[in-house]
Amino acid sequence: MTPILQLKGITKRFPGVLANDHIDLDLRKGEILALLGENGAGKTTLMNILYGLYQPDEGEIFIEGEKVTIDSPTDAIKTGIGMVHQHFMLIPVFTVTENVMLGEETIKYGDFLDRKKAAKRIMDISEKYNLQVAPNDYIRDLPVGVQQRVEIIKLLYRDAEILIFDEPTAVLTPQEADELFSIMRSLSDQGNSIIFITHKLREVLDIADRIMVIRRGAVVGETTPDQADKNSLAAMMVGRDVNLEVEKTDKEPGDLVFSVKNLVVADKFQNIVVDNASLDVHAGEIVGIAGVQGNGQTELVEAITGLRKSAEGEITLLNQDITKASPRQITELGSAHVPEDRQADGLVLPFPVAENLVLCTYYKEPFSKGVILQYKTILDHAEKLIEDFDIRTPSAMTPVSSLSGGNQQKVIIARELSRPIDFLVASQPTRGLDVGSIEYIHKRIVQKRDEGCAVLLVSPELDEIMELSDRIVVMYRGQIIADLPNKDVTKEQVGLMMAGVLPEEALAEGDQHAVEPAL
Amino acid sequence: MDKKQEKQKDAGKVLIEELNQDEKESATHKRSFWNVITIPLLAILSGLIIGAFLIAATSTSVYTAFGQSFGKGITTAFSEIGSAYAALFTGSIGDPVRIFNALFSGDKEQIYKAINPFLESLVQATPYIFAGLAVALAFRAGLFNIGVEGQLFIGAACATFVGYAVKGLPVYIHMPLAFIAGGLGGALWGFIPGFLKATTGGHEVINTIMMNYIAFRLTEWLLSGPMTRPGSGGMPISPLIEESAQIPQFFPSPIRFHLGFFFALGFAWLIWWLLFKTKWGLNMRTVGTNPRAAKYAGLSVVKTTMIGMAISGALAGLAGAIQILAVNRSMALGLSSGYGFDSIALTLIGNNHPVGVVLASILFGTLRNGATRMMVVSRIPIDIVDVLQAIILMLVAAPAIIRTIYRLKEPKQEETTVFVSGWGGGQ
Amino acid sequence: MSTSTQAIKHERIYEVSPTRKLVMGIIEIIIGAFIFIVFVRTVSGAAKTTFVMTPGGINIGQAGNWILPTQLTLIILAALALIIGAYQLIKGFGRATNALVGLCGLFLVFSFLTWQTADQSLNLAGMLTSAVLLAVPITLGAFSGLLSERAGVINIAIEGLMLMASMVGALIGSITQNAWIGLLGGIFASVLLAGIHAVLSIKYRINQVISGTVINIFAAGMTAFLSQKFLQTNQALNSPPLFPRIPIPGLAYIPVIGPIFFNTNIFVYIMFILLIIIQVALFATRWGLRLRSVGEHPKAADTLGIKVAPTRYMAVLLSGVVAGIGGSFFTLGSVGRFEEGITAGKGFIGLAAMIFGNWTPIGSLGAGFLFGFADAIGSKLSLLGSNIPAQFMGMTPYLITMIVLAGFIGKGQAPAADGEPYEKE
Repeated sequence: MTPILQLKGITKRFPGVLANDHIDLDLRKGEILALLGENGAGKTTLMNILYGLYQPDEGEIFIEGEKVTIDSPTDAIKTGIGMVHQHFMLIPVFTVTENVMLGEETIKYGDFLDRKKAAKRIMDISEKYNLQVAPNDYIRDLPVGVQQRVEIIKLLYRDAEILIFDEPTAVLTPQEADELFSIMRSLSDQGNSIIFITHKLREVLDIADRIMVIRRGAVVGETTPDQADKNSLAAMMVGRDVNLEVEKTDKEPGDLVFSVKNLVVADKFQNIVVDNASLDVHAGEIVGIAGVQGNGQTELVEAITGLRKSAEGEITLLNQDITKASPRQITELGSAHVPEDRQADGLVLPFPVAENLVLCTYYKEPFSKGVILQYKTILDHAEKLIEDFDIRTPSAMTPVSSLSGGNQQKVIIARELSRPIDFLVASQPTRGLDVGSIEYIHKRIVQKRDEGCAVLLVSPELDEIMELSDRIVVMYRGQIIADLPNKDVTKEQVGLMMAGVLPEEALAEGDQHAVEPAL
Repeated sequence: MDKKQEKQKDAGKVLIEELNQDEKESATHKRSFWNVITIPLLAILSGLIIGAFLIAATSTSVYTAFGQSFGKGITTAFSEIGSAYAALFTGSIGDPVRIFNALFSGDKEQIYKAINPFLESLVQATPYIFAGLAVALAFRAGLFNIGVEGQLFIGAACATFVGYAVKGLPVYIHMPLAFIAGGLGGALWGFIPGFLKATTGGHEVINTIMMNYIAFRLTEWLLSGPMTRPGSGGMPISPLIEESAQIPQFFPSPIRFHLGFFFALGFAWLIWWLLFKTKWGLNMRTVGTNPRAAKYAGLSVVKTTMIGMAISGALAGLAGAIQILAVNRSMALGLSSGYGFDSIALTLIGNNHPVGVVLASILFGTLRNGATRMMVVSRIPIDIVDVLQAIILMLVAAPAIIRTIYRLKEPKQEETTVFVSGWGGGQ
Repeated sequence: MSTSTQAIKHERIYEVSPTRKLVMGIIEIIIGAFIFIVFVRTVSGAAKTTFVMTPGGINIGQAGNWILPTQLTLIILAALALIIGAYQLIKGFGRATNALVGLCGLFLVFSFLTWQTADQSLNLAGMLTSAVLLAVPITLGAFSGLLSERAGVINIAIEGLMLMASMVGALIGSITQNAWIGLLGGIFASVLLAGIHAVLSIKYRINQVISGTVINIFAAGMTAFLSQKFLQTNQALNSPPLFPRIPIPGLAYIPVIGPIFFNTNIFVYIMFILLIIIQVALFATRWGLRLRSVGEHPKAADTLGIKVAPTRYMAVLLSGVVAGIGGSFFTLGSVGRFEEGITAGKGFIGLAAMIFGNWTPIGSLGAGFLFGFADAIGSKLSLLGSNIPAQFMGMTPYLITMIVLAGFIGKGQAPAADGEPYEKE
């Protein structure tokens, strides 16, 4: 049988990077093919080529044995290819119907939209594949999981038969992910073919019919879930044996360093986004906040670091009330912050590495004397940190914008950890990084904890939370619904709590399953 | 630093480092310096060429000549353009023959007169330098100050008031006092939109423009009411300022070259030092380049926005003050020939850098001064300068056009862009 | 699996923030107190205010005059403002807060007029007529901005477009002695400049505010240059015919409303027709859905096969058409000749009206009327021999623009990708 989709020798070069290196790929009708690779391995580039967003430098694409050229998303849609993007391509101020019909509108009297007819078609699809949506809801009011369903409906509305899912679980709870997998399974049972892009090993083993591993733009292996396990896949993906566990000794926590009591935070529309949250962090302890993105973690961190006013409650750092303190006052007390969006919040991209390394301290001795900046000291300081933290940069005066993501993050880590600190807030410190950088940054955080620093770690990556934390706090819809020692819970139980299941129920539920070791 | 890196750097950075670093690698630096000024130079050249077309296309004598024969049309067009641009040159730099003769005659007065066009260009450049610094500083702080014109008017009004109303002070007190009053007036006028942006998020672009119109109405009222010259019969003009408030001119009338030009250079240095050598400057540039990161690093975006606009307004106010105290000596409504918008153009041409601003200001001063003579000789309205400036600005802002026309190579990295977008405000 | 999801409420703390509630209440109290202290106490009890309700020179749709007892009217208005303010401070109006602040603003304006007109008569209908006319360029400017910004291109060049259109409209109108051809000429000039703005901001992706500023400088210089070179030296080139007033049969006979809205300049009718066209086109057609998608999330639109750049070009050019009509109004619908800087910031005020009107056609129209009214008060009162300097009255539209921006920006819904160039990867 001819494969429904065939890629032959696809090559794509970007200035200085070979993103795809002669990639061959076959997709058979009705199968789920997982494309596994690290961040930056070239998976998304390949799929963007397939979807017509990029043009390949070399190579050919065949659909059902016929050669096609895909110059634009329109071509891709015509040939039956559809893509669920990692960042949803939905317009928040449009309704579900408007989003789905956009580009393929049902019209009447010339150019007028026929919303009713389109809504009916959406309902038909929704029933056929069991994808529940309300056509007249605005996207901005929908939870992430539902938004993803709208994305899938968008593809089916266009009669796509080849569906590409780009990192679809990044924003979902483990339970929502399971639900997505059952949707994917039912789609493939009805004859659709699926390419599933991910870097998460568990998901690949759970859902894929076949697995292709990509490293540095090239295919390095093909296997099936029966023949592979996590360790073999990880080794294939990274190109060497990976130590998936962080080395960490048990340690008794010290004095109370940081505490939040009954904190309430509102967003700019005055919605309560952090609801009566309380938590403590002790010296020499990593407290991990688990939760699906958008459950108030961001706002909690902003309140803690002085970036957002809290409506009620009390925040204490080293026995001082910092509820109303400014970010600088909090920093000067001995707190450090690794922000969740490093390019937007952590760095000034056009500025050189050296200036970025003193962003929080430039105004103090020895970097300033009086009002005058001491560039020599700043440069020496930079040279030292570049050495200590292994930042790969041509020079201290290179703009940070020209560094790789991993090295940009190291600049932030170096800036924050090189100061004498007692408290570290790290928000998604390894988002989008390669395994090497992740290992390094994890090591640094644990090292800081061993030196007696109190660490608050926020991450939607449950694996990261499970590996690093001494204690796990689960946030759901702005509330802290669980606060438990790591050793008392399993990953599945935390996953359930992230979906809003009460701890008592989750713990009982978890016990019924065979407890699977975390990674 | 290896050469490849050096090349990749964007234009602004190179200039900055040019000034920041010692002379080690002067060869590579020189090349980057040329890289930096190629675009503006070609933009100016293109502007002049387009201006030439405009002159020919709007000249009735050219049309008449074309009516007679094609060849005659071409000759007339070129002679029109030639005489216009010759007037532009002699009016702004000086007549070379006359300068040469004067130098030989050795007569001091003759020499002064011969080089007066050039000195007058510097006089014209002086307010441009202040106004350009105002825009540049605001840009660096992430603010787009289109309100220079209004701030300049208010600054001038304050300087004028202190200049004539305060009496009996010695020069070394009265003159600085009037000058500072101008700065304070402008600072207030700049602070208001800065404050509104910082606290309510009202976009400074619209607010500064509104403040311009309010400033015009206000000065019109002041000059025809409370500050009017006795006996002017309600004409909007102020009394003459006291002699003790005047900034001295170096040569006897009609040569107007004055000490203020050196004030301007001094301020250019001061702003450069402030922006690139002090912690305040780093603070301002951080907020201007990435306000979110600035917030995370503990800087106060609100405070910086307000201070940035106030300083920018102060510089604009000084532009007005210097014009009153050194040149006009009294205030009338025709004070500004559009310094406000011109200063935006020249700042972008000068790459938001004080040195660039000084160079571009001298260029603009020269253009405007020459255009005055061009108006007399060839009857070409002085507003042609605005058209030229718009074209030059467009070409500098979109270097890709220049590169296409002159087939230059694309630089490896993107140019710095100015950081204004959207109506969301600064929060 | 039994996932009994915990019921956690997702509530709002309050509809209107306490500071806002407080500030608005105080503003209303101040308005009431101001009317009472400044106006009520400075008029005599016997004074009468006469409002003429028929614009001058109109003989259809006439209405009788309104004669009000000055002091009593003022006291009632002050009391109403105070009551509203007190209720706002104590309980708050929630969602209606803005509307009531606006109402109090209206009270202030009306009391001011009543006070100024004590023992005199003011042609209120005439003032409203001129307010509608003054609103035309502002509203059209707002519509122009709306079209372009809904597609994600900030168009600060509207001032320049209108200026250029007004000059070219006058020039072509004078040469052909035909107002319609003049209007077409104005539109053409405006579209040409809009095209440059589009190329600079869409193709070359330069900062849209700077690109707009370039156009504004260019238009100011070019119109001044051409006007000095030709229009001022040869007056025949600067005397275009004006569009006449056209009464609409039937409707023009309605008292008060008829003369203001239905016996007026053709530009007023164009404004209302455009309102309907833009409203329907943007929100009910495929064309509008695609245009808005490009302004909200160009990448999403691109992945669905919508061509971002052409859509934006089209939007900016249409924005130029509307600005061209607005600009031509100055020379062909109002003044009858071109003067340098004739637009006097109306394009910028139009942008403010668009923001105030929350990027909607109907909102823009409302805001346009507000600004037009502010303008009309200024020009009419100087005729009444008011003791307030004309220059201060002239500041009102600009001041109101700033107040409106300060009070309402950030609360509105700017298109999400407004001002962001889109680069296909």
